[in-house]
Amino acid sequence: MATHDPAALDGNALAGQLAFLGSPDVTSLVLRCATCGRTDVVARVRAYVTAMGSVARCVACDAVLVVAVEQPGGTLVAMPGASWVARS
Amino acid sequence: MGIVTRGFGGRRPDPGRPLPPGQFLTQDFPVLSAGPTPDVEVDRWELVVTTEHGHVRRWSWGELMATPAEDVVTDIHCVTRWSKHDTRWRGVSVDVLLGDVETTGEFVLVHSYGGYTTNLPLADLLDGQAWIAFEYEGEPLEPVHGGPARLLVPHLYFWKSAKWVRGFEIHDVDEPGFWETYGYHGYGDPWLEQRYA
Amino acid sequence: MSASSQWHVATVVDAPRITRTARAVTLSVPGFSGALAGQHVDLRLTAADGYQAVRSYSLTAVGADERVDVLVDRVPGGEVSTYLVDDLRVGDQMEVRGPLGGYFVWRPDDAGAVLLVAGGSGLAPLLAMLRARRKIGSTAPFRLVYSVRTPDDVFFPDELDGGASDVEVALVFTRTTPARWPRPAARLGKDDLVAPGFDAADGPTVFVCGSTGFVETVAGLVTELGHDPARVRTERFGGA
Ligand SMILES: Cc1cc2nc3c(=O)[nH]c(=O)nc-3n(C[C@H](O)[C@H](O)[C@H](O)COP(=O)(O)OP(=O)(O)OC[C@H]3O[C@@H](n4cnc5c(N)ncnc54)[C@H](O)[C@@H]3O)c2cc1C
Ligand SMILES: [Zn+2]
Repeated sequence: MATHDPAALDGNALAGQLAFLGSPDVTSLVLRCATCGRTDVVARVRAYVTAMGSVARCVACDAVLVVAVEQPGGTLVAMPGASWVARS
Repeated sequence: MGIVTRGFGGRRPDPGRPLPPGQFLTQDFPVLSAGPTPDVEVDRWELVVTTEHGHVRRWSWGELMATPAEDVVTDIHCVTRWSKHDTRWRGVSVDVLLGDVETTGEFVLVHSYGGYTTNLPLADLLDGQAWIAFEYEGEPLEPVHGGPARLLVPHLYFWKSAKWVRGFEIHDVDEPGFWETYGYHGYGDPWLEQRYA
Repeated sequence: MSASSQWHVATVVDAPRITRTARAVTLSVPGFSGALAGQHVDLRLTAADGYQAVRSYSLTAVGADERVDVLVDRVPGGEVSTYLVDDLRVGDQMEVRGPLGGYFVWRPDDAGAVLLVAGGSGLAPLLAMLRARRKIGSTAPFRLVYSVRTPDDVFFPDELDGGASDVEVALVFTRTTPARWPRPAARLGKDDLVAPGFDAADGPTVFVCGSTGFVETVAGLVTELGHDPARVRTERFGGA
């Protein structure tokens, strides 16, 4: 595991890239990690925002929950490691 | 074009010689982190080559260090639009590591510590085009830049040069890696500006 | 498409330097509205050759529509912050997306106690909370613990001056202190986070904001002090 991780942000930082999904506040949606079962709001996941795209990871097991890529042609969002997303 | 922010980008250095289309020269070495930096100790490090028949060839750190290495001076091009001239590396040519591996597979899925993957044709790892690099500018490669060892394939966009490399899986078919699954180009030639699929 | 997912054209209307390293930037943004204290925006800068960069900045004030107030501290070597702090001029244009994020927010109808912990530019969203509280005349108990390197690095010292409001402000200097300051210069520790009315037993909502390194340290300290992790909200800005 990483000892220091200055690149890590809170899932809250992904609000702009996920805003097009249309829910009033995407970062308040609840995600379940398919790997370890941890369930929490998007705002509290670990986020890595890069110029290639953003990656949200489970704070408990590091699994990739969400990937968002903004390209000239549009935005792509994948949820490879989430078993579900819910609005509470 | 839409809005332009006056003066933004105005401090960029003059490249002096041609850059791939859409690229800008940088003096820094920006870090692109899609996850935590894995803590890879060299006494546990290994590079595992798996063929399409399931044959496995392992290299320990000691074996890698005992293999003749080369100094490489090359330009690198990141898909996020920065390029860097004349970066100096030291590493072992992938030709040496794959020399006695029997395969007819044409594609490689590169795996990293930390779970990252990227794909490229096997031919692009051969003929003096790719290295397992463990030194940068005369110093051991820092963990944030992929240390202890990363793949270096400088003729392709830099996301193909997987940090924290741990293995090559050789396949008959091309399987997309991490960014390639999410819309980035399967090959990624910077001179052809192959950013997105 | 909701308005917060769209890019709005923004024009710089004011950009005073507030410390050696920081500027307060005010943008006029037609179409921007409805921000909550604690939210941020994404700024998109486009160079003449088409190159673009996007960065997030917290709103330092809310309530005035079509107006975006942010505070930018220069990160040495940083691509966007050095431009914003050193080169930006009134009249320059960029694009804004937001307001963004509904989690790291203080809502005016919340009367509960609030402990704010800021490191450097991490003051920005917490300032919006303090300003919103004052503007609506809320009596929710607030305490701000604000860590800075030196006295010159304090943003908006007059506004934060304890005498000027009913909010207790504890400044923590990490490198040098003003003359005769009771607390020696040192990194923020557990003692700095303890105060009657704002301890774990009082169950305040805790907002922590600053560089990633700072937030991780403080989040660890408040957890050790017994605060319920569910009541601790963090905003990491990146950096060690
Ligand atoms: C939700 C959110 C809100 C933010 N709000 C503000 C704000 O109100 N005011 C503000 O000044 N900044 C804020 N930031 C940080 C801001 O988005 C930029 O990251 C920062 O301005 C640096 O950008 P840059 O382009 O100059 O640096 P880059 O060129 O992107 O990065 C240069 C290096 O500096 C490091 N770095 C990035 N941020 C920091 C930091 N804060 N401290 C130390 N090192 C850092 C990076 O890891 C990188 O290695 C916020 C970030 C987020 C995610
Ligand atoms: Zn998990």
